[in-house]
Amino acid sequence: MEVDVRAGLEKLAERLGGQGSRLTEAGRLSGGASMETWAFAIEAPGGPERLILRRRSAPFDEETARSVSLATEAALIQATASNGARVPTVRHVCDAADGLGEAYVMVRADGETLGKKIVSDPRFDAVRPQLARQCGESLVAIHKTAPPPGLKLKAVDGLAELDRYEEVYRATGAERPILELAFQYLRKHVPAPVEPTLLHGDFRNGNIMFDPGKGVVAVLDWELAHIGDPAEDMGWICTNSWRFGRPDKPVGGFGDYADLLAGYADAGGRPIELSRVRFWQMLGSLRWGVMCLTMYLSWRDGITKSVERPMIGRRVSETEADLVVLLEEGL
Amino acid sequence: MITHPRTEELVESVRLWIDEIRPTLDPRNAFLARVAANALATVAREITEGPAAEAAAVAGMAGVLGHGGDYAALNTELCARIRSGDLTVETPGLLAALTTMARDQIAIDQPSYRPEGT
Repeated sequence: MEVDVRAGLEKLAERLGGQGSRLTEAGRLSGGASMETWAFAIEAPGGPERLILRRRSAPFDEETARSVSLATEAALIQATASNGARVPTVRHVCDAADGLGEAYVMVRADGETLGKKIVSDPRFDAVRPQLARQCGESLVAIHKTAPPPGLKLKAVDGLAELDRYEEVYRATGAERPILELAFQYLRKHVPAPVEPTLLHGDFRNGNIMFDPGKGVVAVLDWELAHIGDPAEDMGWICTNSWRFGRPDKPVGGFGDYADLLAGYADAGGRPIELSRVRFWQMLGSLRWGVMCLTMYLSWRDGITKSVERPMIGRRVSETEADLVVLLEEGL
Repeated sequence: MITHPRTEELVESVRLWIDEIRPTLDPRNAFLARVAANALATVAREITEGPAAEAAAVAGMAGVLGHGGDYAALNTELCARIRSGDLTVETPGLLAALTTMARDQIAIDQPSYRPEGT
């Protein structure tokens, strides 16, 4: 069903700001295949507000999806915020009366999210050396949050993740010797079990808003949140596909391992060994490689027709070029 | 094959035309046109560099497996023997062969990508 988002926002303005409030600005920022982000503003008796609407535009089944519902996402953002995490401020979780489908509203924050800018724009030169440490600190408040009861969060460990992605890889029918070797190697190096924690699940450069003066403003995009090994969130931000052309800076293309780990430990996180982070980093490259294969398949099988999809299939080789080096170096 | 124009020149001419009209497109189509131009650049590189890369891959895989064969057969056997645990990171020559294959493939797919360790 097509939803008139602009009309929905006009109606929402009164609910948020009280009688006499009106919508003064609304525009779609971006959108994947299934998620939309809108920037909008309202003029209310209490003053103006700049806001963000995040809404799902395609059917969703929480039982089978890897991602969580938007209501769960909002609940996790609120729970981690109360625990001191740097996350967006949730303003309103939409319900049926809003007519916007599955959606929630956040207060609009100012900052940069484009990974390429964070690693290369001179505006970030001064703050860049602090960012890896700040990312470590930011993770502690997230990992130490007890998820609100009643949320449907999946639990994942290294072996389960390898099983899951190997199954997906086998189903693609692709034959890639480097991916085979990475699966085999990682299966022999699964780290010992650890007390599982809440994870962001997509903690990488591109999903974190940074300010040129202050550094980390907010950790965004919570749809892949789950329960698991805290080193998973660290390994993903170290995966080279998210370093935006700066392989010499393992943390997001802007920092070093030691600062990430020290920031985490100094903020009260249970200290994490580098080899554990490297396990998840290598698994991150492998996972991204398998995801690229499945994106190509969605085109081959006629599910999507965008030229973007087969080209993403050719990004498997970037993960292979990274994996051979990691296999040579070891964890 | 004929040389006036060569296949890669045909591909290149279409790529240049896409780049020319890109500024006239709406943002979504301008983005997709950039992807399309990149796809054609990949095709052109595969036409020119692909045969040497495949020959190097065949030689590398034959060295590890101890016998010759065509690319597809060697690749299938290599995958099966890694999966079975018969070949590992310790196998002499395996990582070297895979590294050459990965470097040659990224040079075709995404020459601007800077892999781990560079």
